[in-house]
Formats: sequence, structure tokens, C-alpha cells
Amino acid sequence: MARLSFRRKQSIFRWVVLTLLGIFFLLPIVAMVEFTTRGEQSTWSTLINWPELSATYPDLAEGILMSLGQAALTAVLMLALLVPTAIWVRLRLPGLRRLVEFICLLPLTIPAIVLVVGLAPVYAWVNYLIGGSSLTLTFAYTILVLPYAYRAIDAGLSAIDVKTLAEAARSLGSSWFTVMARVVLPNIRSAVLSAAFLTVALVLGEFTIASLLNRTNLQVAINLLGKSSATMSVAVSLAALLLAFVLLLLLSLVGDRRKRSAS
Amino acid sequence: MAGVLRRALGTVPFFAYVAIFLVTPTLVVVIGAFAGDRGGVTLANVRALGESYVLDAFGRSILLSASTALIGAVLGALLAYALVTARPNGLLRRAVTAASGVLAQFGGVTLAFAFIATIGLSGFATVFLREQVGVDIYAGGVWLFELPGLILVYTYFQIPLMVIVFLPALDGIRPQWREAAESLGGSTWVYWTKVAGPLLAPSFLGSALLLFANAFSAYATAAALVSQGNPIIPLQIRGALTSEVVLGQANLGKAMALGMIVVVAVVMALYALLQRRTAKWLG
Repeated sequence: MARLSFRRKQSIFRWVVLTLLGIFFLLPIVAMVEFTTRGEQSTWSTLINWPELSATYPDLAEGILMSLGQAALTAVLMLALLVPTAIWVRLRLPGLRRLVEFICLLPLTIPAIVLVVGLAPVYAWVNYLIGGSSLTLTFAYTILVLPYAYRAIDAGLSAIDVKTLAEAARSLGSSWFTVMARVVLPNIRSAVLSAAFLTVALVLGEFTIASLLNRTNLQVAINLLGKSSATMSVAVSLAALLLAFVLLLLLSLVGDRRKRSAS
Repeated sequence: MAGVLRRALGTVPFFAYVAIFLVTPTLVVVIGAFAGDRGGVTLANVRALGESYVLDAFGRSILLSASTALIGAVLGALLAYALVTARPNGLLRRAVTAASGVLAQFGGVTLAFAFIATIGLSGFATVFLREQVGVDIYAGGVWLFELPGLILVYTYFQIPLMVIVFLPALDGIRPQWREAAESLGGSTWVYWTKVAGPLLAPSFLGSALLLFANAFSAYATAAALVSQGNPIIPLQIRGALTSEVVLGQANLGKAMALGMIVVVAVVMALYALLQRRTAKWLG
């Protein structure tokens, strides 16, 4: 009898907490939908019509294209930099593993607003050497995503026996390149995929560095648009949020599959 | 020896890249904080941190981070506990955890606009309350673009973050411990204050510290919301970077950045310490 009333109390507590916080978290999203569909507006039809969008809001269109470019380039650079290093350190330089891990996690303790202060002189050189395109932000973004990407890839490598795989391949006469590209990489496919998803999600949401280095991307464009057309910027914000939701949902599906195949 | 060097060659691209884009910027900040306008070592920048407007900004930043960390930690812990009492692999728990993962990352400009659409001057909730209920939430002035507004908006990403980092510790609490406490005659009060409370305290405090660091480092949301004045430290750094440089204070921005690094580093070190304590019994 006492157990029963305890269970009921717990269940009431659960639904009170979930309802109140649910309202708090859903309200802004509902408000964004209401805000963008108020009155006689064509916000959403403009947003899905690319030629019209780029004609009416050229800054926004440029920001969207730049963000997509930055996301793709950052994912490629991050993988090219991190995957071979992580595999190599595991196989041949285990003494360096701690150091690499420390460096990769370091950006977590350096806020982006601090990093941008120090990046300004570095980017003066980048400007001088390869120009001031917004795509050059890729260099800074690769640093920002290091902690998340490293943890994903490291978890993938821990789940397989890299050493045995590599030794088997080497004893059959394959080069180190073959070991990495054709033996280890296929085995950590889902880890690589989740590192790439995280990178894309983070880059699409970045504002601090882009805005303070006077470059543009999606978030900078939304912020700029907010001064002239609040409705449109709220609509784009909502679209960006939904996109991030889908990306991270895909990510959790990839993670689920990995866990299942590991067990 | 030659073999080690050859093997080390494989890591050169990584270390070179990190040296340019991570170590150099950090050194620029640290060294710049102690450099005079025309070179040479000086303590003037660091001393300028003692000026009242900088101290006020640090104070407001700490107030903002501490209050949102506290609110986020308490509400997030309640939500996490509500999830633990639900079915372990049920739809409810999976949905809320997934949503928390997304919302904890949902910062920045988009979040600012979400709240402008909600409680901005012509926002959904503002208009509804004014016209249907007859309550004007801005009777005492528009607070959304000031510190109280920032506290409310930051809570939106702090609660989900708390759910994510605190859930593993709550999952480690075994129902058997509660049954053991009950069979020895302990009430719910005794169970929470003598058993579960002390076990969860390090993890709760650690998570709250992580939330503090998270709010303290946040920039984009505040930058999009606050366009007048620079009430908190990240916005002061924006001011130092974008406005005309005051003579003799070219490196003040770097000193403020260094101050931020110190605060975050101390908080994260405490976090790591508490996390290690939790790891002992969580296994």
C-alpha cells in the first residue's frame, strides 16, 4: 500500500515537472511559428524559393552558401588532420597519446571570444597570403570542433583492435597508407560519420569568430537581417534550428547503430 | 633514435596546424596582456582590469553565470530525476534526452531571435498576455535586452545541458539502496539527506560548475540581444575589438581575455576534481 502511493506520488511529480518545463521549452518554438505566419506574409514561400530569396536578401543567400562551404571544408580538413594522426599515434607513438588528447580538448577551456582576440593577428597573415574570403574561417573552425571530433574518433578507435588489424595488414605486405585507408578507416566509418555530423552542426551555428573577424556566414547574416526584417530572420532561425535537430537526430541514430554493432 | 624521429614525422601536420591556429592565438592573448602599446613588458593592461567598468562587467558576467548555473542545475536535476523514474528505455526518456542534446547546443543568434519572437515587444507571449490577460510584462521597462533577459534566455540552454551531464550520475543510484534505507526504517527525508544526497553532491556541484563555465564563455546570444552598452565581459571584449582604441589601452582586450581564461580554467579544474570523485562510485 505504501509502495503504491509512493509510485503515484512519483508519477505526479514526473508529469508536473515535464509539463511545466515542456511549456517553457516549446513556447519559443511555437512563438517562432506564430511570428512568421502572422497576417498576410509570404515569408516561408520566399524562404523556400531560392532565386527569389537571393534576389530579395542577397546577404542572407551569401551567408547560407558560405556556411555550407565552411561546414564542408571544415569536415574535410578535420578528418584529414585528425584521423591519420589519431591512428598513427595509437600504432606507433603511444607515448604521445596523452599530449594529443590534451591538445584536442584544450579548445573547451578557451572560449571562442578569447580565441578570436588571439586569432586576429594570425588572420592578418591569412588575409595577406590567401585573401579575405569567408571560407578561410575553416582554419579557425577546425580548431573549434577538435574536442568533439577527437572524442568521436577516439571512441571509434577504442572499439576496434587497431594494433592487430594493422599488424595483420603489415605482415601481408601492405603499406602504411593501405593500413589507414583500406583497413582501419572502413572499421571506424560510423565514428568518422558522427565526427563529421558534429562538425557540420557546430559550424552552422557559429557566430562569434565570423562576426568579429568581419566575415560572413549564416548566423552573421541572420543577425544583420534582424535589424531590417525581423520576421525573415526569425523564419531563418527556425529553419536553422530544425536543420540542426535533423542533423543531431541522424547523429544519434548513427551512434545507436555503433553501440549495437559493438555489443 | 632515427626511428623515433621518422615515426614522429607522421604527426608533424597535426602539431604544426595546432601550433599556428591554437597555440599562437593563446600566446598572443597571454603575452599581449603584458605588452605595452609600443612593446616592452608592462602591468598597465592588467592593472586596467581594476577599473570600475571592467570590474562591473566581470561582476555581472559572474552574476549571470552563477544564477543561470544555479537555476539550470536545480531545474535540470529535477527534470533528470523525472526521467530516471520513467521507464528506462521508454519513448519519453529517449525523446527528452535527444531534445536535450539539441537544445543544449541551441545557443547563439537563433536563440536570441526565438526569444524576440516570444517575449519581444511584439512577441507571441507579450501580445497574448497584454491583449487576452491584460498583463504588461514590460510595465517596468523592457528587460529582455538587459541582464534579467539574458538570465531567462541562458536558462534555455543551461537546463538541457544539466540533463545531459547529470543523468549518468542519477542512473548510477541503485533502487536497492533506497529499499535498504527503507527496510532499516529510514524515511524519504533520511534517504535523500543521508544516502542519495551525499552521493550525488559532488556530481551536482561539478555539473553546476560546468554550467557556470558554459554561460561565462557564451557570447553570441548576448551579442545578438544586447546592442546598447556592454554589460558583460564578452561584450566588453567585443567593444575593445571593434571600437576605436583608447590610447594606452590597445591591449586591454587581451588582458580581459586572459581574465576570462583564468576564470574558466579554475572552474574547469574544480569540475575535473569533482568528476573524479564521482567516477569512484559510479564505476
